[in-house]
Amino acid sequence: MSCIETIQDYALRSIGIGERLLPKTDFTLCQQFTLIGSGMIWNLYFGALALLVGFFIASAVAVGKSARSPWLRKPSEWFIFVFRGSPLFIQFFFAYVMFLKVKQAGYMPWLTSAQAGALIVLILNTSAYSGEIFNGALKAVPRGDIEAAKAYGITGWSRFRRITWPTMLRLAWPAYTNEAIFLFHATTLVFFSGFPTWRQQGDALYYASYFADKTFNPFVPYPILAGYFILLTLCVIGLYGLVNKRLNRHLPAERKRKLRIRPNLIR
Amino acid sequence: MKKLILSAAALALTAGFAAADGNTVRLGTEGAYAPWNFINDAGEVDGFERELGDELCMRAELECTWVTNEWDSIIPNLVSGNYDTIIAGMSITDERDEVIDFTQAYTPPDPSAYLAMSTDVDLEGGVIAAQATTIQAGFIAEKGWTLVEYATPEETVAAVRNGEADAVLADKSFLDTHNGVDGLVMLERMEAIGGGVGMGVRESDGELRAKFDAAIQSMKDDGTLNTLIAKWEVSSQW
Amino acid sequence: MFEFCTNPETLGDFQWFACYFTTGKLFNFYGSFVTVLVLLFITAPTALAFGFLGAMSARSHVAPVSWLGKAYIAIVRGVPDIAFFMFFVIALDQGFEYLRHQALCPDWDQPIRQGNDFIVCAQAKLPLSTSDQWVHEVYGFFLAVLTFSIVFGAFAANVLFGAMRAVPHGQMETAEAYGMSHRQAFWRVLVPQMWMYAMPGLGNLWMILIKATPLLFLLGVEDIVYWARELGGSINPRFTDYPHGDWRAQFFFGLLVFYLCFTRVSEIAFDRLSRRLAHGQAIATGGAS
Repeated sequence: MSCIETIQDYALRSIGIGERLLPKTDFTLCQQFTLIGSGMIWNLYFGALALLVGFFIASAVAVGKSARSPWLRKPSEWFIFVFRGSPLFIQFFFAYVMFLKVKQAGYMPWLTSAQAGALIVLILNTSAYSGEIFNGALKAVPRGDIEAAKAYGITGWSRFRRITWPTMLRLAWPAYTNEAIFLFHATTLVFFSGFPTWRQQGDALYYASYFADKTFNPFVPYPILAGYFILLTLCVIGLYGLVNKRLNRHLPAERKRKLRIRPNLIR
Repeated sequence: MKKLILSAAALALTAGFAAADGNTVRLGTEGAYAPWNFINDAGEVDGFERELGDELCMRAELECTWVTNEWDSIIPNLVSGNYDTIIAGMSITDERDEVIDFTQAYTPPDPSAYLAMSTDVDLEGGVIAAQATTIQAGFIAEKGWTLVEYATPEETVAAVRNGEADAVLADKSFLDTHNGVDGLVMLERMEAIGGGVGMGVRESDGELRAKFDAAIQSMKDDGTLNTLIAKWEVSSQW
Repeated sequence: MFEFCTNPETLGDFQWFACYFTTGKLFNFYGSFVTVLVLLFITAPTALAFGFLGAMSARSHVAPVSWLGKAYIAIVRGVPDIAFFMFFVIALDQGFEYLRHQALCPDWDQPIRQGNDFIVCAQAKLPLSTSDQWVHEVYGFFLAVLTFSIVFGAFAANVLFGAMRAVPHGQMETAEAYGMSHRQAFWRVLVPQMWMYAMPGLGNLWMILIKATPLLFLLGVEDIVYWARELGGSINPRFTDYPHGDWRAQFFFGLLVFYLCFTRVSEIAFDRLSRRLAHGQAIATGGAS
């Protein structure tokens, strides 16, 4: 079987399109590259969606944590504490147990599937981490910016949306980039710890361990997996770099450089 | 100072013994697969294979120690020399035989069984649970049934209990330990997949393999192997 | 453990649990907490050392050295730790044995790779197959520490690299103006000051390190999550005097509490430490704005 045929058969195997059975013989490099790459679809799906939704929740949590009212502040603090303070491994376990209970009670049976349940856990997880980063940045927003806004008569929601929030993002962006990288890495834990794999449709790590198990040689599939993730990380850094440039576009050139040398606050 | 010299002498002595005796043989097992091998209340490796391994070592006049290792990396660690044999309920398959060598089987091939909440479950239309990347998982995939894979055997059984799957396919001896608990029942249908269980050794380790082969044969011949199989209910007898 | 434990089936709840919690396998569980803590406290400084070396080499003026440092940071950071853990321990082990083989058995004529087998001469084996079980365990532990350190060293290198650049350039220039050599300025001015900038990043890294410990079982160390899964699973009366159903949720809840407490205590400690480090730094407020 030529490599092109393998790609046709297996490139979309992880979402159920193409050959039904996984390769049983040969385990050529082409097969390994194609299937592990196919699994990356899941990692991309989890990572991208969780970041997108988590971004908005994180903004809310960050504001909540710095709120004066304890009714807003305490829940935000606890939310961040629980999700940042415990391993994702354990969070997946509990989430799955809880979703099962909900399902048995007759509600929302789709919760136990990885594409919904694990996504929710990842969203909450990244919301907590990014919420903490955003909160740190919120505290660092220069007082002068706010005072200037006040002087112009910009108040309330409009001040937050046009002054505070963009500045917060600008300050938080380097650390937030790191969080995004980590989140993509964390997506490998979905099928590894908590959620079951249906019809052999799994993520990149699932297929990598399939090949490691069949060939008894871990030195080929896992480095392939690593290679894919290095590419993904480069893409994330590139994309976030573009956003960073846009966020900083109003600053004079020399201050931009100063911003880049801030110590990275990683997750 | 005297004490130091003494202990040095003792050390030399034991080293000398070991060299003369041949080295300690390290037996690798998983420790999470009752009744084959598991960790008992005292925190030690126990089960059918513990007793079997100790007996085999005695008959082959080898000094043995037990090591536990994750199932996923149990073969890579054998070929890279971190222990000398695998004795972990491992079925002899062609795939594995290409990478390592097996002694003769110490249990006859045993079918895999299904465990479900009721005996009239529809296997073809239902959801079947299996441990990820096992021969059972491959079997269901090949049949074209709906397969759901969990990382550990414990979770596959739990999946049937809480309704995520309609049945679980696994080794009969393992499912026997759950049969009848919480309303789980075993189906009459069995699948003949997998060969007998043997000890895995490195392909370059012919001498060790021959020793264990002879020891297994002697246990088969005098009936002690059957007694052991009956005691732990791991499979049918020879 | 207790005298009344001889016949657990007849015991009341309290006594039953008293007996259950003192069985040998539960002590394995308690022991794994010690293992994890010891591993963390050894790994942290080792990873920091790797990180320091990485950051130094990334800053180097010699291009190949700088590339090496930057590649180390970029590659290891780009890969999920779990992917590394899957093959790194065996790779390290084989690497060490290969080196020893070359050194100790120069006239060995057979190939090292025979088919799938990796075979070195008996003297080169690590640990020697004559050594006791505890030597094997210590060696396995050492490999796990090394793997963790290499992976988290890359993150530490990234943090320290950023911190070194955050120290105001004027400070270095002043030092050189006072006649310090480049090396002197690095060790006497840059290194003492960078810690303040590195503190938030290192604190976070420590948290990540704590939360990566559930993956230790991939490195052959039987950690707390391994035992919780093992002990929590339902167990048949045939194999134990203390049969029970699926207790994984209870065991995992215990772990959750442990991890939350541990990270909380660490957070407080790091807060104190960074406040102490910021003390007396003229730029303390300026740098944090």
